[in-house]
Amino acid sequence: MTEPLLSIKGVSAFYGSIAALKGIDVEIMPGEIVTIIGANGAGKSTLMMTICGNPQAREGSIIFEGRDITDLPTYEIMRMKIAQSPEGRRIFPRMTVFENLQMGAATAEGGDFRNDLARVYSLFPILEQRSTQRGGTLSGGEQQMLAIGRALMSRPRLLLLDEPSLGLAPLIVRQIFSAIRDLNQREKLTIFLVEQNAFHALKLAHRGYVMVNGRIALQGTGRELLERPEVRSAYLEGGR
Amino acid sequence: MSAEKTGKSSVLSHALKDALIAGIVAFGLFILLLGFLTDDSRGPLQLRQRPVLLASIVGMVFVGRFLISLLYYNAPALRHWLGKLWFAICAFAARYKWQLVALMFAVAASRIYYAPQSWPLALIIVATTFIGVRFGFSAALLVFAVLFPVTFYSNPYYLGIAIIILTYVMLGWGLNIVVGLAGLLDLGYVAFYAVGAYSYAIIAQAYGWSFWVCLPLAGLFAAFFGVLLGFPVLRLRGDYLAIVTLAFGEIVRIVLLNWISLTNGPNGIGSIPRATFFGIPFNPTEAGFAATFGLEFDPTHRTVFLFYVILALALITNWVTIRLRKLPVGRAWEALREDEIAVRSLGINPTNTKLTAFAIGAMFGGFAGAFFATRQGFISPDSFTFPESALILAIVVLGGMGSQIGVAVAATVMTASFELFREFEQFRLVIFGFAMVGIMVWRPRGLVSTREPTAYLKERKKISVEHVAEGRG
Repeated sequence: MTEPLLSIKGVSAFYGSIAALKGIDVEIMPGEIVTIIGANGAGKSTLMMTICGNPQAREGSIIFEGRDITDLPTYEIMRMKIAQSPEGRRIFPRMTVFENLQMGAATAEGGDFRNDLARVYSLFPILEQRSTQRGGTLSGGEQQMLAIGRALMSRPRLLLLDEPSLGLAPLIVRQIFSAIRDLNQREKLTIFLVEQNAFHALKLAHRGYVMVNGRIALQGTGRELLERPEVRSAYLEGGR
Repeated sequence: MSAEKTGKSSVLSHALKDALIAGIVAFGLFILLLGFLTDDSRGPLQLRQRPVLLASIVGMVFVGRFLISLLYYNAPALRHWLGKLWFAICAFAARYKWQLVALMFAVAASRIYYAPQSWPLALIIVATTFIGVRFGFSAALLVFAVLFPVTFYSNPYYLGIAIIILTYVMLGWGLNIVVGLAGLLDLGYVAFYAVGAYSYAIIAQAYGWSFWVCLPLAGLFAAFFGVLLGFPVLRLRGDYLAIVTLAFGEIVRIVLLNWISLTNGPNGIGSIPRATFFGIPFNPTEAGFAATFGLEFDPTHRTVFLFYVILALALITNWVTIRLRKLPVGRAWEALREDEIAVRSLGINPTNTKLTAFAIGAMFGGFAGAFFATRQGFISPDSFTFPESALILAIVVLGGMGSQIGVAVAATVMTASFELFREFEQFRLVIFGFAMVGIMVWRPRGLVSTREPTAYLKERKKISVEHVAEGRG
């Protein structure tokens, strides 16, 4: 069996004295799409932020490519070929699309900026048309594409996506999910996806985890989870 | 009176002739522009005639020109004001890119108004007309600044004000790095100005080194203090950062006030060595500047020299800022202003980014301080109080955070208006307050509220007003 690219072992994280993550175990193999689904406040985004070291895990360990990154500051973790498209997109609204992408390449050592740019533009052609426009003037879907594109500019081996479908029209969601699938299939990029949109996420992912109240409640392949009655009732049929 | 009788009739006939020519020209110009209107609002395209409009416009031109000609030949004072009005219309028209109108009024004005001070205005108008508003304006201002001592050589008072203005322009540009680019609200910027001034004064007195040696040292000291301030405030943002920087400014001032053995306390430091022309002093002796270059001694030489020194320092500040904006560190500053969490998630160390902003901003404050010390020859803690910080911050905010030309204009307007209203000493701050409120109401994002992107693929595009931060910290 190959080494996992990222392994999270018994991680607990706290906001003040409130436990947000209670002993999480997650493994991500190279070339996989792994998704975490769960209700609001289950700790999905916290898990993603904990991987990035903000907040840092109080217990347990996070190993990336055999290196313990649990106690590293955020900016050092992000230099280790992990890139994130954060929740709420967090693009730079007053900088142009092109400048946003340049910022994404800030830590790409020895990278070929032009190649990386061409790669992002071929994945999301709309960004090329909008390249001199300011981030804040883009539509929500375009901003999400920009956030993903910006993350790709650092040539990551692991891409963390936090709710890329948030607040977007179904058509755009489909477009973004197909781009994610493309990245995974063509470039063998490993992707860790946090989603509310359980149906889409599970259909896309190789494996999935269901999070409830800071714990992993279920895990399995995407198809398995889709067919589980408790998943269907809790996340796919309006919570009824 | 009687002697002017013939003169008067000839004035009248001159004016009539002028007015007639103007009327004919207006008729020729407007008959196609205004006399006919193509109209397709009701079905097919139609040609409508508008004789009344045409006649009234031509009539207005005729009467207007007649009155102007009367004034032109008769009343010099009115002529003077008319010329000013013409220039104002010109500048206004140029501002809105009505190049043709601007040019017409520029020609009209130059015929009426020959005052020697009018050339910079004419220069600005011509430059904005032909090169475009943004670059033309900057270029004209630069040429004006470089030639300023030539024009106003005989007027040391103006030279003095210009030096003060340039000092504030430089301070504004320095603070702009911290506030405008990195988005770190700094209410204690005057502290670095003070550190620069005092380190120059103390080093120059203790070691007798020349201005050009002490200047970089003063900048280094100030940068060091910038880092010193930076460390404790790294985790703070917005209001909290502002309060701590405010306190820092006060701490520096109070230390200067009380560390009597080093700073001489409230009495200040006097007889600071004056700037020399690369070693040649400005004095009436044999070895002095005037004697060396075979000129007659004139105290204005020193003033002119100081003018060029501060102009050069300010331009260096501007140049460095423009260069830095295109480098990774400058872009990281701007990104930091936009979203700190996103910056961290891109693997950029926010600590170093903030510290470099503080250090570089402080360094330019220190340069300005050293210049201030050598120009005044005397410094005391009184020159480095909080209102000074507030003024510099106001310059940056009013100029439009992050805009270089906006900061320069704001510094000029603020400093010059302080001089202008010197007679109304007690109302100065009231006027200042009203101006501030007015600008915040009408131009909430500052005078120049566009942000130029630093990187382009194909074409330049300005960034619209709506997306530049309002007066937020």
